[in-house]
Amino acid sequence: MLNQLKASPTGKRIIVTVIGQDRVGIIAKVATILAENQVNILDISQTILQEFFAMVLIADMENSTIELDLLKEKLNQLGQELGVKIEAQHEDVFRYMHRI
Amino acid sequence: MYSINEVLETIRMVQEEKLDIRTITMGISLRDCADADHTKSCQKIYDKITKYAANLVKTGEEIEKEYGIPIINKRISVTPMSLVAESSDALNYTPFAMALDKAAKEVGVNFIGGFSALVHKGFTKGDRILLDSIPEALSTTERVCSSVNVGSTKDGINMDAVYRMGQIIKECAERTASQDGLACAKLVVFCNVPEDNPFMAGAFHGIGEPECVINVGVSGPGVVKNAVEKVKGSDFGTLAETVKKTAFKITRMGELVGRAAAAKLGVPFGIVDLSLAPTPAVGDSVAEVLEAMGLETCGTHGTTAALALLNDAVKKGGAMASSYVGGLSGAFIPLSEDAGMIRAAEQGILTLEKLEAMTCVCSVGLDMIAIPGDTTAETIAAIIADEMAIGMVNFKTTAVRIIPAPGKKVGDNVVFGGLLGHAPIIPVKAAKAVEFVSRGGRIPAPIQSLKN
Repeated sequence: MLNQLKASPTGKRIIVTVIGQDRVGIIAKVATILAENQVNILDISQTILQEFFAMVLIADMENSTIELDLLKEKLNQLGQELGVKIEAQHEDVFRYMHRI
Repeated sequence: MYSINEVLETIRMVQEEKLDIRTITMGISLRDCADADHTKSCQKIYDKITKYAANLVKTGEEIEKEYGIPIINKRISVTPMSLVAESSDALNYTPFAMALDKAAKEVGVNFIGGFSALVHKGFTKGDRILLDSIPEALSTTERVCSSVNVGSTKDGINMDAVYRMGQIIKECAERTASQDGLACAKLVVFCNVPEDNPFMAGAFHGIGEPECVINVGVSGPGVVKNAVEKVKGSDFGTLAETVKKTAFKITRMGELVGRAAAAKLGVPFGIVDLSLAPTPAVGDSVAEVLEAMGLETCGTHGTTAALALLNDAVKKGGAMASSYVGGLSGAFIPLSEDAGMIRAAEQGILTLEKLEAMTCVCSVGLDMIAIPGDTTAETIAAIIADEMAIGMVNFKTTAVRIIPAPGKKVGDNVVFGGLLGHAPIIPVKAAKAVEFVSRGGRIPAPIQSLKN
């Protein structure tokens, strides 16, 4: 069973979400933090959900040295400055929950 | 690519609805730690636990950071201590409990389960000594949990053990009177005990289990409650379907974390125990899930049916999500640990009788219930016997974790703090059952047991 586990992909992709009032510069500022930490953006999608701006961003942390929880903290801080909620989570969580 | 709705659903579950991995429990076999000299045996136990579990807490914290999912407890379960201690010269097994306590503190887990015995068909010498040692062991240690299996569908109910447990519970309460009988909160009496349950206080490492294993317990009453609220007014099919789908997603999360923990620790992955286990925090309550189904207060008429639907849907969803679902999977109803149940008991709507009825369809039993301090050992034994009978006849696990709070009466409160919460003292019947429980011997196994 252990061999099977090791074979399963455990990439370092994360999903960043931004929810809140739309304003200029949200994407730019999030992207800046990611770029500063060598996190590569793979995909961005956004929509207006129940009057709220909602963005989902998939990024790759493979070449980054920052720990996910530190990155989360930085993004949270930015969120507070911008008045939006920013979260970052490991992709596996979504993969396991929603894809079989 | 994930849809925005999927992503937001997961984020909301963790952030707002308090979805968490309730516990990662490392099961460790101590069978090779037996020794004729009990001090040597205790040393072996301490050495083995601290070796195997050295990285348990650290690994749990790493996974927490990596996935951003809170893991509330990291715990250890061990081989029932009566089996390990039996070959020693000790006439009191408290030193073994102290060795467990010391090891738990060393590796940083908050509870260690397995000061246990299985006596459903009868006692061995070691079983008797273990039972006799429980009050001292639980009142002199901090993190040790104890459980005793006194009945099973195949073997009936060992009524001598039931009566003895009534006395032991009284003694545990008295020895920890200054803490409202806290020792009783660490002691469970079981019928049909599962041997891979990661949840305390009933966790132990069963004799059919491997050398070392990682079991995971997931919980998300808040998530289920929100899902149920969204289908307000719809029919029961839709309601069950909603709970099932939600349980599926919660279990997947447990599977992910369990496998990650097992891989990191280089230990096989055991089971996911998908349970709706409440905490005293608001929004993390099983009672509130039942109320979201349309009951004004948990404990009113209709509660048993609602709980039956909930429990079954949770199991169905969980079974699809993981091939290794085990433990006690279902809904837990520990009174003192559930804000909604505490409120219902304070209003007098949730009574001991209703709780007993609910245990026919829930996953455990009478759990964390505070009763008057002057309740006799015989009455407690009779309460245990009732609950064990429900488990025995219905092929299910039942348990009793009851606290006769010293010096307290109906209307008073007990406060344990933390995850153990607080509870109002609820009334028990005044009429005695002394003659019944003191008959001795074993209640025969029911006809359902003749199945093979």
